[in-house]
Amino acid sequence: MVSVTANRKQANGIRQWAVLACVTLAALMMASCSQHKERADLIIMNGAEPESLDPAIVTGQPDGRVAGALFEGLTRFNPKNAKPIPGLAERWDIAEDGQTYTFYLRTNAVWSTGEPITAEDVVYSWRRALDPLTASDYAGQLYYVKNGENFNTGKTNAATGKRYTKEDVGVNAVDTHTVKVDLEGPTPFFLDLCAFRTLAVVPRQAIEKHKDRWLMVHPVPTSGPFTLEFWRIHDRIRVRKNPRYWDAQNIQSELIDLLPAESSTTALNLYETGEADVIWDKNLIPSELMDVLKGREYVHTYDYLGTYFIRFNVTKPPFNDVRVRKALTLVLDKERIVKNITKSGEKPASCLTPPGMEGYTSPEGLGRDQELARKLLAEAGYPGGKGFPTFNYLFNTSEMHKQIAVELQAMWKKELGINMELRQVEWKVYLSDQSKMQYDTSRSSWIGDYVDPNTFLDMFMSNNGNNRTGWKSPKYDDLIRQANQERDATKRAKLLHDAEVLLVREDPPIAPLFFYVGVNIFDPAVVEGVHQNLLDEHPLWPLRRKAGAPKPGTKPTEAR
Amino acid sequence: MYYLKRIAFLVPLLLIISFLAFALVRVAPGGPFDKERAPASPEIEKNIKEKYHLDKPLLQQYWIYLKGLMKGDFGPSLKYRNHSVNDIIAQGLPVSLTLGIMAFLLAQGFGIPLGFLTAVKKGGIIDYGGSFIALLAICIPGFVVGPLLVLIFSIHFGWFPVGMWETPMHAVLPTIALGLYFGGKVARLMREGMLNTLTSEFITTARAKGLSETQVLVKHAFRIAVLPVVSYSGPLLADLLVGSFVVENIFRVPGIGVFLVNSSLNRDYTMVVGLVLLYAVLLLVLNLVVDFAYGLLDRRVKME
Repeated sequence: MVSVTANRKQANGIRQWAVLACVTLAALMMASCSQHKERADLIIMNGAEPESLDPAIVTGQPDGRVAGALFEGLTRFNPKNAKPIPGLAERWDIAEDGQTYTFYLRTNAVWSTGEPITAEDVVYSWRRALDPLTASDYAGQLYYVKNGENFNTGKTNAATGKRYTKEDVGVNAVDTHTVKVDLEGPTPFFLDLCAFRTLAVVPRQAIEKHKDRWLMVHPVPTSGPFTLEFWRIHDRIRVRKNPRYWDAQNIQSELIDLLPAESSTTALNLYETGEADVIWDKNLIPSELMDVLKGREYVHTYDYLGTYFIRFNVTKPPFNDVRVRKALTLVLDKERIVKNITKSGEKPASCLTPPGMEGYTSPEGLGRDQELARKLLAEAGYPGGKGFPTFNYLFNTSEMHKQIAVELQAMWKKELGINMELRQVEWKVYLSDQSKMQYDTSRSSWIGDYVDPNTFLDMFMSNNGNNRTGWKSPKYDDLIRQANQERDATKRAKLLHDAEVLLVREDPPIAPLFFYVGVNIFDPAVVEGVHQNLLDEHPLWPLRRKAGAPKPGTKPTEAR
Repeated sequence: MYYLKRIAFLVPLLLIISFLAFALVRVAPGGPFDKERAPASPEIEKNIKEKYHLDKPLLQQYWIYLKGLMKGDFGPSLKYRNHSVNDIIAQGLPVSLTLGIMAFLLAQGFGIPLGFLTAVKKGGIIDYGGSFIALLAICIPGFVVGPLLVLIFSIHFGWFPVGMWETPMHAVLPTIALGLYFGGKVARLMREGMLNTLTSEFITTARAKGLSETQVLVKHAFRIAVLPVVSYSGPLLADLLVGSFVVENIFRVPGIGVFLVNSSLNRDYTMVVGLVLLYAVLLLVLNLVVDFAYGLLDRRVKME
């Protein structure tokens, strides 16, 4: 009898524990599963998880696309060609010397919370991006503004003996709707910069009240076409149409979800099963599947401003000899690399600046000439590669980079008889070693910020932190400086062209390999407003699900 | 008294762990703010370091961190600069906990009966078949199981979503992908435990007393045979609760498993220390619970 009672007690205890466990699990499930009450009009695979949505902080493209939807600058990007068009400023005047811009804000521009957007907001936003306390990586985009660099870098004014302050920065409110900007010199691409995230207009009161956590507090006042509904890290960012936006009638979608993803396979699976409508980040397209994907009507490839190249460390022998650098460049079979490895339609590159920039034609760099390469190597003291030291090729962990590295190794061995060792390291080690010049040769790439050759060419000025080759050419520096002071477009293009000749033909510290292509995946029968342009910019406001398109969640294959 | 001592010992232990994590993550080359593009001037880098106290000596940095920690603040994430580490853990932990508990239940629910059966039916078809299934579960890694499950049950049959975390249906495949391997290990442990127990003298005594085979197996043998599984359950549950990088990545599950790997790769110092501490607390507490359960299951064990 006792044992029966004990057993019953034990059984009851187990049952109670089981019920409690089930309830706990159900509660956790309810809490952790996103209960989206409504499905977004469009779901976009946007790329890596944004590091920030603060325009002053963002650096990556996925971050920038979302920040650009929330906050607008004086100009904004034309979705079709990424050229600057009026944004919060409806018009502007440029002084004769090209050094003073006067912007006239729209009188109907208001924050999503209803307050008017004023010239003071613009002044605050730019000065904030330059403020050392903001710690903006991209503050350099505002160095073209008078004293921008002096304030950001804490320099002292020689005339007054005091440090430059934010009041010294050449951006001022003339009245409620007029902003006057003084530049350090004529900057032909300044209107492009005004569309760039760093110069977007942000809400002063929210930032001053909530500091670094201002984007976490609802509602976030936004100046752009969308408001931030929520941001769940590694899950999704949901944005909603801002009904108070000055051009609200042209916002085509009410609700858009932007999904981060690390895995390209997962992104593609989500698209294939109708869970996502658009994939527009190149890193989310598996290159090994490009052979299969190319030619499908939902895969769109296009040129954009990105170049893949090799850096030589010119501070170390044998790469301090230009003949060696030229020899290594002349034997590269770039056609083979783009055909067998990258496979997305990339074009072989002999220069650094990609094609497509209006009014600028890049020079022809070094072509492919194995005979000349061997001759140059012999002249440098290494006939047939004899005596040439084994050197390393630094690259970050990635299947594509590895395949390219192996290909380069084979080419240099076969054509020049020299030995290269692969040095594959994780991302942060790669960045650290490259910036400290702890490499012989290194994989590199560069994506343009605006449609102007300067976004590529100023990188190799002697004092530029992105140079990372040790290459210093006073002649090159001078040409770039002259070009950026030149108001005549033809003369300026000529100066930039001459500089690039020096960079890729006469004294090359780099070997360009290929120009990137952008890849978007979406069904034109379902989604419209996704335009392909040189900057790979995709503003959200023109995007929409087509009328009569299959309802969200339908598999593209079923729809077809 | 024993348990009070153990709990009191947790505090200095966690301090040591937090300091080691804090120091070691800074030894790795590269820093949280190293990017493909250098800032326009060295001063920009200086500004950033100043803002996050990275310009101060290590011990001073640790002291600042510790002061925050005492208030329950793990500090700002250095990678996701609008988020604090607390934000990220608060968002991701419930997801990882749910997935982890479900995977744990799956592992136990699959492993214990399988191990029990294969031991009881030793040498027969059930033993060979069951052991093969357990071995297969152990041998196929998560990054193979996950895509296979997606291919078969999502792409081909369309029964489950390929990824994301919205409804209970979204949790099915990640749970299987995460729990299967551990289920195999539990089955092996259970089988070994059962086989060892069944040769014990007290089992012979129980049978001699005329107890039914079911009573012998379930009431007497099982209680002792399950002890290795109980020992393994503490670290197993700690492992599962903090999520899995591979499974969360494959199924786009917004847990904290992804951060376990990425925060080190990103040199997100505060995130690394926060997660190490979280994992340490889970591990230590669960080990304590296991020891307590051990005492309940096996009266011969005394905690001293």
